[in-house]
Amino acid sequence: MGDFMTRTMTKMMLAAAVAATALGGIATPAFAQRDPAYAAARASGEVGEKMDGYLGIVGAETPELRRIVNDINIKRRAVYAERAQANNATLEEYALTAGCQAILATSPGEKYQAPDGSWQTRSSAAPLRDSRCP
Amino acid sequence: MRTVELTDPAPLARSAAMDVSSRRPGLRILAVGLVPFALAGCITLEAPTEPIVIELNVNIRQEVIYRLAEDAGNTIEENADIF
Repeated sequence: MGDFMTRTMTKMMLAAAVAATALGGIATPAFAQRDPAYAAARASGEVGEKMDGYLGIVGAETPELRRIVNDINIKRRAVYAERAQANNATLEEYALTAGCQAILATSPGEKYQAPDGSWQTRSSAAPLRDSRCP
Repeated sequence: MRTVELTDPAPLARSAAMDVSSRRPGLRILAVGLVPFALAGCITLEAPTEPIVIELNVNIRQEVIYRLAEDAGNTIEENADIF
């Protein structure tokens, strides 16, 4: 009888542990979200997506915008370098491809760089992209 | 009866070249010595000092971009905090 109880409790505790692990997995966001300062600069059009796969300052440069943009671009470069190596591509090739995709992924109102180098505001229409973009 | 020949009798054929070479080895040495002068008349092609660059950059890039597109799309989704 005592043995049965012990086994039942062990089973219950195991089930609780499994449930807790599952809940923890759900509670943690699958992908991290944008830093609030970056999200705000992006929404206001102070920063935009460049063709080369990096973030750019659209209007007047401020130290704060420069800090945000540099921080993002350093992180992007590290990701590009790793993925480029995994795909036997150069950093520039991978970054340019990511630029194509990042411009395509902009939301209406956000800024992006057109092939002529000008800053454009994304509308609901397709963005103006490099002819080599897929 | 007298035989009349219509043409002058041809001299007996002789293998002149072989005779010469066998009899006069000096001539062969001379002929061999002339070979470089004969070759000097050949057209010589020299490799350019500058490397030959074929501009295929644009085409290669597009092919590469198409290959990387899917991976880059996934990378952007997986790193949503920096995109």
